[in-house]
Amino acid sequence: MTDLFPLVVAVPLGAAYLLPLLGRMRPRWPLDLLAILVVTFVAAFTLAGLMQGTTGTLWLGGWRPGTERSIGINMCVDGLTRLMLVTIAMVSLAGVLFSISYMNRFTGKGLYYSLFFLMLAGMNGVVLTGDLFNLFVFLEVAGIASYALVAFGCESEELEASFKYLVLGGLGSTFILLGVALCYNQAGTLNMAQVAQFVAAKGINPVLTLAAGLFFAGFGLKAAMVPFHAWLPDAHPSAPAPISAMLSGVLIKALGVYALCRVFFNVLGLGGGIFPLVFMALGALSMVVGVLLAVGQWDFKRLLAYHSISQMGYVVLAVGLAGELMAKAAVEPAAAAALQATAALALFGGLFHLFNHAAFKSLLFLCAGATEYATGTRELKRLGGLTRRMPVTSACCRIAALSISGVPPFNGFWSKLVIVLALARAGHYWLAGMTVAVSFLTLLSFVKVQRYVLQGELRPELAGVREAPAWMCAAMIILALVCVGAGVLCPLIQADLLAPARDALLNGLAYARCVLGG
Amino acid sequence: MISRGMLPYLLAMVLLGIGVYAITCKKNLIKVIVGMVVAEYAVNLFLVLLGYRAGGVAPILSEGEKAADLARHSVDPLPQALILTAIVIGLAITALMVALALRIHERYGTFDLSEIRKLKG
Repeated sequence: MTDLFPLVVAVPLGAAYLLPLLGRMRPRWPLDLLAILVVTFVAAFTLAGLMQGTTGTLWLGGWRPGTERSIGINMCVDGLTRLMLVTIAMVSLAGVLFSISYMNRFTGKGLYYSLFFLMLAGMNGVVLTGDLFNLFVFLEVAGIASYALVAFGCESEELEASFKYLVLGGLGSTFILLGVALCYNQAGTLNMAQVAQFVAAKGINPVLTLAAGLFFAGFGLKAAMVPFHAWLPDAHPSAPAPISAMLSGVLIKALGVYALCRVFFNVLGLGGGIFPLVFMALGALSMVVGVLLAVGQWDFKRLLAYHSISQMGYVVLAVGLAGELMAKAAVEPAAAAALQATAALALFGGLFHLFNHAAFKSLLFLCAGATEYATGTRELKRLGGLTRRMPVTSACCRIAALSISGVPPFNGFWSKLVIVLALARAGHYWLAGMTVAVSFLTLLSFVKVQRYVLQGELRPELAGVREAPAWMCAAMIILALVCVGAGVLCPLIQADLLAPARDALLNGLAYARCVLGG
Repeated sequence: MISRGMLPYLLAMVLLGIGVYAITCKKNLIKVIVGMVVAEYAVNLFLVLLGYRAGGVAPILSEGEKAADLARHSVDPLPQALILTAIVIGLAITALMVALALRIHERYGTFDLSEIRKLKG
C-alpha cells in the first residue's frame, strides 16, 4: 500500500494539467465529472490507507541508502501523515462539490480546477515527503497555486490581497530554504530521518539553532501565527469561497502547523525545551490577538479569517505544551511517566482540534459563500432573517458556529476541553483560564453572526433570496455531518485517526527508526 | 576576527538583508519585486557556496575514475542541483508577481503601495 501513496500526489497533478483542456469544451459536465472523480479517488485512497493503518517508507526510484548518506527522495507514511491526508481529502471533497455550482459565475472554470488540484497535490506532497528540500518544493507548489487562487476574481481588492500574500509567503519560503541550506551544511544530508539521527547523536549547535529560528519564521508565516499574521485576514476572504475553505481549512495546517510539528518534533528535536516555549508563546499570542481582532469585524469572511488565527493558536499552544512536558520528562526520570501522559493528552487535544478546525472552519466559509451566492453581500449588517429562506445553509451554519465556540456535544467542545484539561494538569492555570476566556469570546462573536445573518426580520431587498444549489448544500451537509460525528463518536475516531498521529510526534526518534530501519 | 574564507558567506547574508529591506521598506511594487528577487538569489548564492571547496574541480566523473576519488577533490554537486530547482521556483514566483503588479497597475493606475489601499488594514 505504501508503494501506491505517491498516487495521491500524482493523480491530482496529472488532473491539474488535463482539466484546462476540458475547460474549453461545452457542455461543462465532463469537467466537473473529472474533478469529482479525482477528488473522490484521493479521498477513498486516503481513507483506505487510514483503515489499514498503512505505515512505511518508499524510496523513490529505488535510491535506498545503506549506511551512507541518502541522496534520493523518500516518502514516508505514518500516523501524522495519515491524519493530515484524511483532513486534506475531506475538505477538498467538500470544496470540489461546492465549486461545481459556485464557480459557474466565474470564467475559466478549467483553470480554476487546475490550480485547485495543483494546490491539493502540493499539500499531499508536503505531508508525505521525508526530505527537507522536497518539503520546500511541494510547499512552493501549493503556495504558488494558492497565491494565484486568491487573485482569481481579479478585482482590485483581490489583487492587492494576493500581492501582499505573495510577498510575505515568498519571504517565508526564502527563510525556509535558508534553514534547509543550514541543515544540509551541518548534517550533510537532506533526509529528515538522517538529520534527526545527526541531531540526536551530536546535539543541537548554534547553526542548527539559527536554522530552527528560520523555520519558525518561515512556517510561522505560512501558519499565520501572530507576529506573522498580517496577510491572512486579507488573503482568505478575497479568494472564492471554496478556496477560502481550503486555505483556512487545510493550507495553513499542512504548510504551517504540520511542517512545524514535523520539523521540530521529529527532526530538530526540542532543543532542551526552548523551542516548545516559542510554540507556546506564539500559540497563546495568536489565540488571544486573533479573537480580539475578530470580535469587531463586520465582514462575514473577514471575521472567520481572524478566527482561523485564533483557533490555530489553540493547536500550536497544545503542541507546544506537549513539547515542553516531553523535554521536562527527559530530564526528570522520576516524574517521566506522568509528564509523558499529560504530553500525550495535550498532543491528542491539539491534533483533534486541528482536525475539527478543518471541518468547522471550512463549513463556515462555505456557509459564508452560500450566503454571498444567494444575497450578493457578506456585510453582516446588510443580511438578516435568512433562516426561513435558506434552511440548509442556516442549519449547517449553526452547527459550525456551535462547534467552533465549543458547545457540547459538537466536536470543538471535546478538543478544547482536552486542551484545557492538559493545560491545567501541567499547572498552567493562567493559560487554561485564557483558553476558556478566548472560547467565550469566540462564542460571543458567533452569537453576533447568528443574530445578524440568520435571525431577525428579512430585509425587503433580500425578499427574493433562495436556498443555494444542491451541490453546494451537499458539500455543506457532508462537513456538518463530520462536525457532529467527530463530536458524538469521538472515541471511535480516536483509535484509528488520532492516536497514531499523537504517537508519531510523541516518540520523536521513532520516525527516524521507522524510515531508516524498516 | 573575520577570516577571508568567511567573507563570501557574510556577503551573501548582506545581500539577503538588502532584499529583505527592499521588501519591507520600499513603497514601489516594482522595487518590492526586485527586493524579492535579490533575497531569493542571495539564498541561492549561499546554497551554492556551501557546496564549494577551494580549488575543487567540477563533479563530473571521467572514464576510469572512481567516484570516491572524485569526491575527495570535487565540489559538492548536490547544492547545485538544489538551486536549479530553487531558481525555477523563483522564476514562477517572479512571473506571478509581475503579472499581479501589471493587473494592479491597470486597476489603480499606480505602482505606489501607499495609494493601493482598498483593504481595511
